[in-house]
Amino acid sequence: MALDQSFVGRTYPPTTPYEVGREKIREFAEAVGETNPVYTDPEAAKAFGHSDVIAPPTFVFAITFPAAGQIVEDPQLGLDYSRVVHGDQKFAYSRPVRAGDRLTVTSSIEGIKSLAGNDILDIRGEVHDEAGEHVVTAWTKLVARAAEGA
Amino acid sequence: MTAKIAYDDVEVGTELPAQTFPVTRATLVRYAGASGDFNPIHWNEKFAKEVGLPDVIAHGMFTMAEAIRVVTDWTGDPGAVMEYGVRFTKPVVVPNDDKGALIEVSGKVAAKLGDNAVRVDLTATSGGQKVLGMSRAVVRLA
Repeated sequence: MALDQSFVGRTYPPTTPYEVGREKIREFAEAVGETNPVYTDPEAAKAFGHSDVIAPPTFVFAITFPAAGQIVEDPQLGLDYSRVVHGDQKFAYSRPVRAGDRLTVTSSIEGIKSLAGNDILDIRGEVHDEAGEHVVTAWTKLVARAAEGA
Repeated sequence: MTAKIAYDDVEVGTELPAQTFPVTRATLVRYAGASGDFNPIHWNEKFAKEVGLPDVIAHGMFTMAEAIRVVTDWTGDPGAVMEYGVRFTKPVVVPNDDKGALIEVSGKVAAKLGDNAVRVDLTATSGGQKVLGMSRAVVRLA
């Protein structure tokens, strides 16, 4: 069943703050094989002008995607998550995420399309810090594949 | 200190050093834990095949994280990345052996933008298949 177009433009309440920890950044950096000390050594980060260790560019998805759960799991929208694949992902940064940040995500639905029985959902997550300054915007395109026999 | 590559030293077509990133089942388990993405298609072969996949596949976000390293290792400062986007075109299939799969990534400067920024277009393949499309980063150089 095609998703309801009237959900386009809907914005969900901001999430409670996620506090970015140095050791979480280290764990993520090591999991992707990163060796750049800017992710693990505050002094190395300072040499690049950062006030603390920064996170790899895609780290913030671990915050924005759970935030998008408000949309993905909205019973009124009725997305069949068992058929969802990640289509596209994009980030636009005002600055890198860094240790000590307390980040909130405001998620909204930018687009809903139906193409050959597939539901295509475009979600935007606006990430702000504690001071209310913009840090990064994440765009996530999810594709719910057509149910077999539909 | 800012990015170690100077805007004036690059031109459209300048190639970034290519890299190859290995990925095994152990890599995926570790990435699942670090990222919080525990979808079983990334670690449970039986489940992956039941939903029509050839085998366990890597997280798309893992491939995305690897591909940008070609850019951030080149600039030195990952904080220089202003934009980064990809399309997930094919899955990276990771067999249950000690070799796993390889993700091969190359990049070149596609456009010189204003304010010392350049657009880098990335190519990522695994097993001869293009696994990312429209893979582009905008990065500020020194």
